[in-house]
Amino acid sequence: MGKTFAEKALGRAAGYDVVANQVVTVEPDWCMSHDNGAPIARTFKKIGVKNVWKPERIVFILDHAVPAPSSDHAVNHKEVREFSAEQGIKHFYDVTSDGGVCHQKMCEEGFALPGLIMVGSDSHTCTYGAYGAFSTGIGRSEMAAAWATGKIWFKVPESMKVVVTGKFNPGVSAKDFILKFIGDVKADGADYMSVEFHGEGIENMSIAERMTLCNMGIEFGAKNAVCRPDQKVLDAIKDNAKCDRWEPLWADEDAVYAAEYHYDLGDIEPGVAKPHKVDNYAPIGEVKGTKIHEAFLGSCTNGRIEDLRAAAAILKGNKVAVRTIVIPASWIVYRQAMKEGLLDIFLDSGCVICNPGCGPCMGNHEGILAPEEAAISTANRNFKGRMGDKDSFIYLASPMMVAASALKGEISDPREVL
Amino acid sequence: MSVKGKVWKYGDDVNTDVIFPGKYTYTIKERADMAKVALEDLDMEFNKNAKPGDIIVGGKNWGCGSSREQAVSCIKERGIAVIIAKSFARIYYRNCFNEGLPIIVCPEAVDAISMGDEIEVDFESGVIKAGGKEFKFPAYPEFVQGLIKDGGLIPHVKKSLGLA
Repeated sequence: MGKTFAEKALGRAAGYDVVANQVVTVEPDWCMSHDNGAPIARTFKKIGVKNVWKPERIVFILDHAVPAPSSDHAVNHKEVREFSAEQGIKHFYDVTSDGGVCHQKMCEEGFALPGLIMVGSDSHTCTYGAYGAFSTGIGRSEMAAAWATGKIWFKVPESMKVVVTGKFNPGVSAKDFILKFIGDVKADGADYMSVEFHGEGIENMSIAERMTLCNMGIEFGAKNAVCRPDQKVLDAIKDNAKCDRWEPLWADEDAVYAAEYHYDLGDIEPGVAKPHKVDNYAPIGEVKGTKIHEAFLGSCTNGRIEDLRAAAAILKGNKVAVRTIVIPASWIVYRQAMKEGLLDIFLDSGCVICNPGCGPCMGNHEGILAPEEAAISTANRNFKGRMGDKDSFIYLASPMMVAASALKGEISDPREVL
Repeated sequence: MSVKGKVWKYGDDVNTDVIFPGKYTYTIKERADMAKVALEDLDMEFNKNAKPGDIIVGGKNWGCGSSREQAVSCIKERGIAVIIAKSFARIYYRNCFNEGLPIIVCPEAVDAISMGDEIEVDFESGVIKAGGKEFKFPAYPEFVQGLIKDGGLIPHVKKSLGLA
């Protein structure tokens, strides 16, 4: 009987053969925290251990509210700085032009690597599966305990296989596919499971698109989501891998799955997640014409250069009808967008460009909605109150649909403006 | 140990943002203050009137969304005795054990319980008593029993490192 990716990755880390449902204790290759490094540091101190187990395995990336929008946030950042200095944590991305959204930084800086065990105190840590890592989100106590002991337990998850063939039609992207998929399997469709994306449809995707898929894994309950680390990944990490502990791993042909799904990307059309649940899917035909007050292009889901290019192609030479906030996922992305002239396109069309970070995604700053307002957003969650007000509405969509909708002030089909 | 309390009942997919809104994640630091905003975007009745010893009953996938542990801390600090649900999202499930908040997966009981019911949970025998009926629930998995016994992950780690 063959092995799944999760069985191989956790078995490699445990140092012995494992099967689904077995409980293993492993040493994480990386422990990532963002602004919540501060409360985790406070919990860590309560344990009574003087030093973290390996400071070189800990990564801090400030992104949730940067630069600090309030004194409370500033105190929080200050505590992360002090703890980093005290513990000798070198992998620290502060509020500088080296920064950005944590998940984007973990990928572009070469932390996300095939076969590694990566934990983060953020639910979208599952993004690194785009590079073939076993990565998953954990809570604050668990992170503090991992810093103290260098250990974390996992139940080896059962696995779901998603086989993807074909190619997207113009105006359709990875976001449309994953929203449709979540609408089909629902918010708990892969609860506690490892989700493997297979097939030529995935091989044809850029790493950025695979990141969008894996990022949204948590939105249908996955413990982790992963794509095969192919030549595209090996080329991307060739010059900037942050360690040499990695090893490309992939499931055996005869691995056993708890569930299996098949999709042809040619069948996917533009779609959204309607308020207030990510699995509340609707194809464009059902929501076209819905009035919006804000458009948001950015986040760990869709703030990469490929996303900005796709949106800029639609915005170019046109004016937006509603406030449109553009937030590149990192300063590397920002600079690249500047070089390619994309920032000029955004500014010429009336968009507001904010500094890289999470922006309005979880209601901290830079685009909070008023009661009764609706936003179309490229982020990953549309929960009630997510963007700061419980009486507002969020529609999740692709960068192309967000751009098309920004131009009309209502939800619009990107295929009509390509 | 057994507890008896009034039920606050909710549906499927109750997410961490409505349990503990994201806008508070870096402005509220004290656990007592977390308790004050518990379920603020889900149910203001609960937010105003829930009392220590009350019980939350949810549908499937309770606690989906963010990894924010405050979505567990705020409920524990509020004194909620136990959460019973059809299923829990996995990070939330782990966070509950790590925080020492008792949770029970029992779909049959959830279907039989209504908002405002008085129910009783006996942890020793693994039985929920509601509306004159009894519902058995399984013992916690062996690997989390140590966590529960020690009152959560941090006390458990302290003990295992000889620092308790």
